Amino acid sequence: MSKIKEFIIEKIIFLCGIITIVFIILIFLFLLKEGLSLFKSVRIFEFIFGKNWYPISEPPQFGILPLILGSLLVTLGAGIISIPVGIGCAIFIAEVAPRWLKDILKAFIELLAAIPSVVLGFIGMVTLVPFVKNFFGLPTGLTAFTGSIMLAFMAMPTMVSIAEDALYAVPYTYKEAAYALGASRWQTIYRVIIPGAFSGILAAIMLGIGRVVGETMAVMMLTGNSARIPQSFFDPVRTLTATIANEMGEAVVGSQHYFALFSIGIVLFIISFFVNITADIFMHHKK
Amino acid sequence: MSQYKINVTKLNLWYKDFQALKDINLSIKSNLITAIIGPSGCGKSTLLRTFNRMNDLIEGVRIKGEVLIDGENILDSKIDLLSLRKKVGMVFQRPNPFALSIFENIAFSLRIQGIKDKKKIETFVEKSLKSVFLWDELKDKLKSSALSLSLEQKQRLCIARTLVTMPEVILMDEPCSSLDPLATLKIEELLQYLKKDYTIVIVTHNMQQASRVSDETGFMLLGELIEFGPTKEIFTNPKDKRTEDYISGRFG
Ligand SMILES: Nc1ncnc2c1ncn2[C@@H]1O[C@H](COP(=O)(O)OP(=O)(O)OP(=O)(O)O)[C@@H](O)[C@H]1O
Ligand SMILES: [Mg+2]
Repeated sequence: MSKIKEFIIEKIIFLCGIITIVFIILIFLFLLKEGLSLFKSVRIFEFIFGKNWYPISEPPQFGILPLILGSLLVTLGAGIISIPVGIGCAIFIAEVAPRWLKDILKAFIELLAAIPSVVLGFIGMVTLVPFVKNFFGLPTGLTAFTGSIMLAFMAMPTMVSIAEDALYAVPYTYKEAAYALGASRWQTIYRVIIPGAFSGILAAIMLGIGRVVGETMAVMMLTGNSARIPQSFFDPVRTLTATIANEMGEAVVGSQHYFALFSIGIVLFIISFFVNITADIFMHHKK
Repeated sequence: MSQYKINVTKLNLWYKDFQALKDINLSIKSNLITAIIGPSGCGKSTLLRTFNRMNDLIEGVRIKGEVLIDGENILDSKIDLLSLRKKVGMVFQRPNPFALSIFENIAFSLRIQGIKDKKKIETFVEKSLKSVFLWDELKDKLKSSALSLSLEQKQRLCIARTLVTMPEVILMDEPCSSLDPLATLKIEELLQYLKKDYTIVIVTHNMQQASRVSDETGFMLLGELIEFGPTKEIFTNPKDKRTEDYISGRFG
């Protein structure tokens, strides 16, 4: 009897696995089919490097360079802010903070991870946007910079917790050896612990960035939605993700515009894929 | 007085509620090898770790008593820990080189002292590798990872790494227990060379080793120092019944 039960459970689990794979393949095929349809009428080069995104003009132009640059700028900014802060925070939690402070910090970071991105976007809209506008004396507070700050907050939880694990994974014997040689805490951290955790820290950074690349809601609310090539961090931009989210509702199914949005999806997929692969390589890189 | 390097009086140590060292009194002479023997869990490592304050890294440790090194109480909270640990070096049971190159493992000790001069670092690396008899074997592969060395080479490297901080005392916690008999003999031979310049305290499980290498021996049991004296005497004519039982292999 229990043999049969075992058999059935095993098959169900197997089926679940298969279904997941099938779904992923179907999604992927759908994305490819719709996305590649655009290139029957638009050249890939014009799509990637075209400077104008006018999907509903006559004739329409489908250049996503401004969107790519928008995504890149926002991601870059978020990286510049979140990498030092996030990694510094992980080092502080793992190596410096006393137990009670460690617990408090970790609780806060988990809390940060639990805030939905619309809520963060909304908070950013009513606090950060006016602040950026007034502080820098800009015509609008909806800029790449504003989005970067908020995205940095979103990247942080992933980054901190993975980097922290990497730091803990450094063998205690290294630490012991360094201290016994008369190294100070800081010397031990930056000469022994950080090099020992280096690949894990890189993985943490990549996964944090991965989160930023795919984020939609908050950037859509904070970056001003202007599909023009940005001149600086303080220009409004529009990201790849925000473009899809914004325009999918109004694009006529089967139109060029509709296909173009799927093509953007492919571009996003490729970017995320590479970010994750890189993270994976660092994560499983054995010294 | 001056022939004593380390003087321990009334040393007591607790891990939370557990008392691991009980009223230890002992004096360790300069330029000798002092062995600490005793069954597992009797507090040998704990005692050793008080000499360079490595017990500070363990949560919940309380210490009472006095440990003088060159007449200075190192248990004093005002002591400069970093220079204490440079003066009192430590070699661990499992060889623990950093995951760096051979060269960088030794350079580490110099870099943490703020020495940046490349020439100077190279000279020190060469000198220290020579003093542990590794130079000829390794001089052509200083850039390769220290983790690729044999256990014995690793342990020698760890000793070399300790020597460059110019310690006066070297603490060794079962430095040969992960080595094969041949490598053990070679390390023991090295100790005889080092003894001229350093005061060595070695913890060992291996009584033959203690009798082979050391000049003085202390026997510990359940956190107490039962007997301390010249190695010959401890091994041929122990005063305490428990010491005799231990060295004749009746327990432990
Ligand atoms: N970090 C610690 N926390 C609590 N108790 C500890 C700790 N370290 C050691 N002890 C206890 O203190 C006693 C002495 O330990 P110690 O490691 O000094 O013994 P040892 O003589 O070196 O033993 P061994 O020969 O096995 O290395 C043991 O009973 C051990 O369980
Ligand atoms: Mg021990």
